[in-house]
Amino acid sequence: MLKGRLGGFLFQLIALLFAFGFVSLILISVDASPMDAYKNMFTGSFGSMRKFAEVLVAFVPLLLVTAGLLVTFSSGLWNIGVEGQVVLGAIATTWVFRYFLESGLHPALVITLAILGGMLGGALWASFTGVLKVFGGVNEIFGGLGLNFVSTALTIYLIFGPWKRPGVASMSGTVPFPDEFSLPLLFDLRISLWALGIALIGIVAVYFILQGTYFGLRLKAVGKNFRAAYLLGIPTWQYSMYSFLICGALAGAAGAMQVAAVYHRLIPSISSGYGYLGLMVAMLINYRAVWAVPVALFFAALNIGSIQLPILMKLDSSLSGVLQGALVLFVLLAEGVRQKFVKKA
Amino acid sequence: MTQETILIGLAGVLAAAVPVIFAVMGETLSERAGVINLSMNGTILLSAMGGFAVAYNTDNIVLGFLSGMLIGALVALVVAFASITLKQSQVAVGFVLALTCRDLSYFLGNPYMGVPGPRLQALPIPFLSDIPILGALFFRQDAITYISFAAIFLASIWIFRTRPGLMLQGIGEKPAAAFIRGANVNLMRYVYTVIGGALIGLAGPAYSLAIRAGWMGTISGLDGIGWIALSITIFGGWNPARAAFGAYLFAFLQWLGLVLQPVFTQVPSQVLQVAPFPLMILTLLFVNIGNTEWVERILASMPDNTRKLFSKALRAMRVSPPAALGVPFESE
Repeated sequence: MLKGRLGGFLFQLIALLFAFGFVSLILISVDASPMDAYKNMFTGSFGSMRKFAEVLVAFVPLLLVTAGLLVTFSSGLWNIGVEGQVVLGAIATTWVFRYFLESGLHPALVITLAILGGMLGGALWASFTGVLKVFGGVNEIFGGLGLNFVSTALTIYLIFGPWKRPGVASMSGTVPFPDEFSLPLLFDLRISLWALGIALIGIVAVYFILQGTYFGLRLKAVGKNFRAAYLLGIPTWQYSMYSFLICGALAGAAGAMQVAAVYHRLIPSISSGYGYLGLMVAMLINYRAVWAVPVALFFAALNIGSIQLPILMKLDSSLSGVLQGALVLFVLLAEGVRQKFVKKA
Repeated sequence: MTQETILIGLAGVLAAAVPVIFAVMGETLSERAGVINLSMNGTILLSAMGGFAVAYNTDNIVLGFLSGMLIGALVALVVAFASITLKQSQVAVGFVLALTCRDLSYFLGNPYMGVPGPRLQALPIPFLSDIPILGALFFRQDAITYISFAAIFLASIWIFRTRPGLMLQGIGEKPAAAFIRGANVNLMRYVYTVIGGALIGLAGPAYSLAIRAGWMGTISGLDGIGWIALSITIFGGWNPARAAFGAYLFAFLQWLGLVLQPVFTQVPSQVLQVAPFPLMILTLLFVNIGNTEWVERILASMPDNTRKLFSKALRAMRVSPPAALGVPFESE
């Protein structure tokens, strides 16, 4: 009974219980009621249409990043640099907007160009990590991390330097674009159905590429056994580069959505940590694309719901990160226990 | 700048490098045994917060440092258990812990934000501190800085000059051979990962109880240090002395960034602060590029004299990781 798919499900359920148990203990240790905290987080994300729209706003970049990471994970790469790729996507998008603001082009065309520019920017930034990995022998984790810090510095340099607001530059970002350069929003909510649509297209496309194409099959072959794939005649390093470029483009799209649909300008923390969070989602779903949508939605809901914690309970909102991390950690551990003790039996 | 201010600045560099030194020594030991402890960034933050909280509540600085070590050892134990016993990906487990411990430190540290607390005082060594220049540089530091000097020295001796150290090299390079010679590979990996974790856990209190006393949460500027320490470990080629050099170089560059601030006023301070990162990527490139296939191919096609010159230069910079780094060991 513990062996099949049901067994795997059972172990994941146990991991879930452990994660919530762990976080509940932490809450009790600071004299807070776990039930109240979970309830506030739930109503904070699903309590009203407006709050749920906020969840979707967070869901869009998270899903795009996760989609991209499924590609790099498939080819066996740990693209930790995804965070910087989101940032560069946002920078490139802002650059295109600024370039065409006064051009008289139709706003719809400018927005399209800006999003494409963002994807290109993300892909370009990812290619740096790829080139460092393929031609420089620099592990993608370290190359990517270094470039993440560089991308943050670049954002701050642009906001305080060349793109600063007339008068005083500030942490509030660059000058907001006029309203017509925003992706159309739904009613008076902050969510854009266009952004949601792009994110869903992104994950469906990745699912299709990985499951239904020869390209995806070879990509996975490279990830499973680099050397065997090479000996079989698959151009391995080219495939590594392709997967960096695809992931970078999707991460860049996430950055583009942050600019074109949410902030309408460049701000210092434009990526909001969605790159790292996407890595967690990808690990939690064990790199299977079908689960990306529900789990990314759940993680986005935790992020938005936790905003209520400081207001209602005087707790730090980083509790969502602890819960997300505990979930991934216990699922990893449960999978390890299952492999070690159940499969052998 | 007068000689005096430069001396004080350089002494400050030696002190500022202390947390990174501990983190790098711990990671070097752990990776020498074959286990990557990627949780470092979270471990440092959590031990900084925990160490400060304990020292604040007990009014005992030593207890603060010890609890930092305990936190580091416990996190490392999770890494060891998941990767050695359960054979899960070290990178995955470490990365999750890096983020989780970071958020946990922000969550639990909330009540301690900006609270003034105990701080380690300077401990000049009699007589030695009066030596011109050297005294000001090395012997007017605090206790944890002296311990950091000792840690570099001891780690070097241990790895390269002792029998258990040779065994340590063996379980990271050729675990099967070490096993045949009687080493309990997985037990040793547990031991070194946990000891390494305890050293990494010293890095946190070295911030929160010494050079940047107090706990400031997200604005404490500690987020990212662990990732830097991780790359310095590679830069150091898993050699404590070279890694220590990397840590001092990093602290020196950060100090230089501060000193040069008034000179380059048009550059925002945040930009100068990240100057070490492109440098870090470049150095990683230099130490790794000799390992790539295409460089070897180009070298092979060069005339003899030039090839010798180039390969000598590349070999001098090149480092290669312990052969079994990240690879689980099974005795069957």
